[in-house]
Amino acid sequence: MSLRDRLRRRRLSDRPACVDVVEIVTDYLEGALSPADRARFDTHLDGCQGCRAYLEQMRRTIDISGRLSEEEIPDEIRESLLVAFRSRRASG
Amino acid sequence: MASPSSSHPGPRRYSRRVIGAGRSSRPGGPAADEATLVAGLRAGDEAAFAALIDAHHSALVRMAMVYVPSRAVAEDVVQETWLAVLEGIDRFEGRSSLKTWIFRILMNRAMTRGKRERRSVPFSSLVDPAREPSEPAVDRARFQGPGEANPGHWSDPPRSLEGVPEERLLSGELLGEVSRAIEALPPAQREVITLRDVAGWGSAEVCNALGITETNQRVLLHRARSKVRRTLERYLDEPA
Repeated sequence: MSLRDRLRRRRLSDRPACVDVVEIVTDYLEGALSPADRARFDTHLDGCQGCRAYLEQMRRTIDISGRLSEEEIPDEIRESLLVAFRSRRASG
Repeated sequence: MASPSSSHPGPRRYSRRVIGAGRSSRPGGPAADEATLVAGLRAGDEAAFAALIDAHHSALVRMAMVYVPSRAVAEDVVQETWLAVLEGIDRFEGRSSLKTWIFRILMNRAMTRGKRERRSVPFSSLVDPAREPSEPAVDRARFQGPGEANPGHWSDPPRSLEGVPEERLLSGELLGEVSRAIEALPPAQREVITLRDVAGWGSAEVCNALGITETNQRVLLHRARSKVRRTLERYLDEPA
């Protein structure tokens, strides 16, 4: 076990309950769990459809949040910014 | 190496990785790539600026909305930010990434606009999540109680997304629900989820930009995501 593992405090019991698993989903997705905790998490998910569905919903939520910034910049705004660029910075 | 505008017709292309846009890019990017972009901006290469605004504008609007009362004001603030970027690019020293620098300009302008009375610091830097009341990620009633067969295990589990038509998951309606859910979050949680999940920033970048620890960031993100996930679930539970 590396120093880093030792410093990551244990988050899950050996056979964790779902109510505890849902609290560390974020740590799991961030890669912040020790390898031992990650293994406990994975093992729990293997046997728990509810928690698998929970993780899936969480991933989908993150995905949808990301799509909020995929809106296109409105044409008039884009054009007026490029005009500003030309007048301030364009070379030649 | 020939200068981009001299012997080539048409605009120079800047890859999204150079611009640092999207969740697939590495946070911070290699210094050399960013230097190329900054050089392009300084040299008056319009394609560089176009690529930059295309990549970041809507994320910046979402960020500004954390601090100001309306989308219209947010749009204003972002346009002012771009102008400030143009004015200030010659003075950009590269001590932070270009993205972080742009965001800091945005945040300062948004906070001024938002007329905050206190000193201008990010919401999340004012919060110590460890000292806030704990918020379960999921309503405790969804799990079996101490007297039941499997205490702590789901009694009312979430549904699998299998069998949910993709159009439903990609619908504008759901997008709107998620947007509103984020807007309804406490400001510190909203700030973190906007930078991480909406704008796609990495954890280190966010900690750096907001001046918070990884642990605090993770707690805020966890609480924010838990609430927004509930919105997704409620939407899915409604008859189509």
